[in-house]
Amino acid sequence: MERNVINRTHGPDAPHGEFHRVGQRARKVDAIGKATGQAIYTDDIQLPGMLHAKTLRSPHPHARIRSIDTSAAEALPGVHGVITGKDMPTKYGVIPWTPDENALAVDKVRFVGDEVAAVAAVDEDTANRALRLIEVDYEVLESYLDPHKSLQQHDPVIHEGNKHGNVSKHVRLEFGEVDAALEAAPHVVEDDYFFHGTAHAPIEPHCAVAQSGHDGVITLWSSTQIPHYVHRALARVLEIPAHRIRVIQPHLGGAFGGKSDPFFFEFCAAKLAMLTGRPVKFLLTREETFYTHRGRHPMEMHFTTGCDDDGKLTAVDSKILIDGGSYSSFGLVTTYYAGQLLCGPSHFPTYRFDSTRVYTNKPPCGPKRGHGSVQPRFALEIQLDRLATKLGIDPLEMRRRNFQGAFARTVNGMTVTSNGFMECLDAIEQASGWKDKRGKLPFGRGIGAAGSMYISGTNYAVYPNDMPQAGILVKLDRSGLAMVYTGTSDIGQGSSSVMATLVAEELGLRMDQVRVVAADTDLTPVDLGAYSSRITLMAGNAAVDAGRKLRFKLQEAVGEKLGVPAKQVMLADGFAFDSQDGDKRITSQEAFELAEAKFETLAATGSYNTPERGGDYRGGTIGASPAYSFTAHCAEVEIDVETGEITVPKLWIAHDCGRAISPVQVEGQIEGSTYMGVAELQMEDHDVYTDPAHPEAGLHRRPSLLEYTIPTSLDTPELEAMIVESLDPEGPYGAKEAGEGPLHGSLPAVANAIYDALGVWMTHLPFTPGKVLEALREQGVGGGAARAGGASAGEAGASGTGASGAGGGGSGASGTGASGTRGGGGGASGSAPDVAAIRARLAGKRDKPEGDA
Amino acid sequence: MRTLRFQLNGDDVEIAAPDHWTLLEVLRYRAGLTGSKQGCDKGDCGACTLHVDGRAVLSCLTLAAEAEGRSVTTVEGLVGPGGPDVVQDCFDESGCLQCGFCQPGMIMAARQLVTENPQASRDEIKAALSSNLCRCTGYTKIYEAVENACRRTLQAAPVSAGSAAAAPGGKGRG
Ligand code: FES
Ligand code: FES
Repeated sequence: MERNVINRTHGPDAPHGEFHRVGQRARKVDAIGKATGQAIYTDDIQLPGMLHAKTLRSPHPHARIRSIDTSAAEALPGVHGVITGKDMPTKYGVIPWTPDENALAVDKVRFVGDEVAAVAAVDEDTANRALRLIEVDYEVLESYLDPHKSLQQHDPVIHEGNKHGNVSKHVRLEFGEVDAALEAAPHVVEDDYFFHGTAHAPIEPHCAVAQSGHDGVITLWSSTQIPHYVHRALARVLEIPAHRIRVIQPHLGGAFGGKSDPFFFEFCAAKLAMLTGRPVKFLLTREETFYTHRGRHPMEMHFTTGCDDDGKLTAVDSKILIDGGSYSSFGLVTTYYAGQLLCGPSHFPTYRFDSTRVYTNKPPCGPKRGHGSVQPRFALEIQLDRLATKLGIDPLEMRRRNFQGAFARTVNGMTVTSNGFMECLDAIEQASGWKDKRGKLPFGRGIGAAGSMYISGTNYAVYPNDMPQAGILVKLDRSGLAMVYTGTSDIGQGSSSVMATLVAEELGLRMDQVRVVAADTDLTPVDLGAYSSRITLMAGNAAVDAGRKLRFKLQEAVGEKLGVPAKQVMLADGFAFDSQDGDKRITSQEAFELAEAKFETLAATGSYNTPERGGDYRGGTIGASPAYSFTAHCAEVEIDVETGEITVPKLWIAHDCGRAISPVQVEGQIEGSTYMGVAELQMEDHDVYTDPAHPEAGLHRRPSLLEYTIPTSLDTPELEAMIVESLDPEGPYGAKEAGEGPLHGSLPAVANAIYDALGVWMTHLPFTPGKVLEALREQGVGGGAARAGGASAGEAGASGTGASGAGGGGSGASGTGASGTRGGGGGASGSAPDVAAIRARLAGKRDKPEGDA
Repeated sequence: MRTLRFQLNGDDVEIAAPDHWTLLEVLRYRAGLTGSKQGCDKGDCGACTLHVDGRAVLSCLTLAAEAEGRSVTTVEGLVGPGGPDVVQDCFDESGCLQCGFCQPGMIMAARQLVTENPQASRDEIKAALSSNLCRCTGYTKIYEAVENACRRTLQAAPVSAGSAAAAPGGKGRG
């Protein structure tokens, strides 16, 4: 069957010449409810007779379950239901090709914290008491806490039946002759990079409430960002038809990708509600959210990049080892994204990536804001700066020379439409005072930049089908109200406000004349949810599509009344009027009445599906998007060479979002993304104890918001967000994404600024004070000669790399020749620091033990 | 189980709850006032911030029994007959409300600052909000919201410098 492409795009122009709602700094449709405590989040739901559920978790990283005895727990007064894996044995996975999860462990546990049993009781205290009465007999198995071990050893295997032992996914793609291009390149840099694991840490912990109606309908309220995939997974695991399940996403307290998978607590709440006949709430503790995880994958990356004498890139080659944790989650996509999303805004004619995701006995990783590509972007953008430095080219100029252009095709076959990256570079250059700062700040201070691209939605649903990616329903009636029913999930990014704005624009309404019902599978048409930055472009196009159908009806009915051609009727600000004679006008409400009388009950659906895109090879559609956003980051740093502390006083971020439907919200996304990226660079580290001999092996090192340090107001840099509007032909009124792209460049921009400040390339995240001092010591003591011995070997050892099985020590090969002092600029401004004295002091500290303070 | 008597958003209330319950639990799960959020239940995030006798406290670290005889104000209680409080309105206006989960706590912390020091500088605002984690915004627009609330407060009732009420204090993140 031919794929039904409903690619109704309407161009970047306003319906009537100028915009009335789009581009306004309007209030969000749901903000005042949130500010006053009226907005209802999942844990705010209280139902009569509601029970509370808790789960028993594995104390072992890897073990077989010999038996489970729940009889004592069941006998405890106040306990109404106890379930284990055998009650829901069907496996599931958000990606249909990798169904390797169970709602509760069936025969094995695969990480400390894996869910084994669940109890519903009259209150949480009773449920917790019952958990302690459950007896599980485990046969402890050898565990995998180091991804290299998973690469080499497959017995015992973490997932029985997996064809590739402990390898979860391997992708190798090559475009052009990479080896020959590198061979021929006069300038090559080659290095190891490490990106640690990080968590989403939304302030709202996960929660679900389930009710089993006596009419046979199961209702689940859940803090999910993708109700549709939860809906599908519930039908599969509970083995009941989807039409008897209703999933509702109440207001959601942050997600960032961490609420994308269907989760055990959703299945358990529903199952326990079915068994007990009573509503069941399942609220995770903050500690549990760190085990539920699905956070950013740790990646060990070996990157080689070549360019010609003009700085034009000729080849990029990467080999990446991805630590997936215990389950697949979106890992198949992650493995592709680690390579596929790198091919812009800089163009390179040959490219190879080889990425391998392995299972380990750790909390499962998954999608986090900038899924899959934040890590390799970090490596690539540092390599661009290294090449620029070698050639004596300004880093911004380096990126300009390699700019791929608009309406380009990437080396891996993706179609780029609008591309405002050059304007982004101009914006950060001017705002930051780049020319007066780069290479000219005193030792210890520096400025750096980076560029990036990201998808505006992924071209294909995670399960293959021919139906629209986004559907919407708009209903008008004689009250003068437009109701928008959308399956999109507002997770704080403001998608409901965007839908309302688009419909108001098409129909010429004020914002108070539009209301939105979102994310309720009974009420709203299917939309694939809040992931891959897809909503503004995809559901936005559907909203314009539905709005436009209704606009034509209104214009016709009003034209008839005013005695002018339909085309001449304009709709704006709550009125319909003759564009030639503004005095001939009626209110929107009257227009609705006329149209309702002339036609019928007024409603229209809108749909969107993606155009055919991507490369003609296996996996060539993964990473394909209708349109890409582009971002340039500039960061300023100050480093205390005594303590190794990095301060980032300010970042300038210019983001090409196509058209800003809501500038305030685009700025909010830019600021929030960049804040998060810098936090990952400096402060955050999601890790378990990895020494198998450690008595707490597999246990989370920092499972609280005190230990897993997310930035307070005092830790957050000043953020200056700038919007570049490239007006994309694919987006609604030209809009593209804004929610994830502006995270990527924040990390390499800081790393590149550190080079400007200190003359050292830091490559292994997180950048703790200890690592800064380590890098300084290498730099200070041996100068260029010491570095030639193997760049960041000290750090590499410290974070257990050795990279990707790619022959480890290759990093020194191309040397940086980095000079002892910071880059060639020299002496333009400021008082000359006493570098020698600083170095001497640092050298004096060498013998003291250092930690990652 | 004990019966607590205190003032809740201006009303005298009597609520029975287990002895070990926190004020946050009593408000959310007994009084049905779910505006105050639970982000960590350990004193780390600030989402549960509310006022006891006009001072911001972390209600997840406050035993409900401690509220006995005192006056408790939650984010719901800031709303008056004229509608939302100026701080709430400024938060709405600034666009700083993304997911909103941190914001009831943030607003209660900001409310105390605006009352005590409507001439607060950006640095003082940062310091006053440093016990309240926000994961969405990068804080930038929250500062703008608080600055607006200060400005509007001063316009409504100009205060001479230094005449503000008691110094802020009480809570801090370890
Ligand atoms: S819930 Fe009270 S500080 Fe987090
Ligand atoms: S708005 Fe989401 S945590 Fe602050």
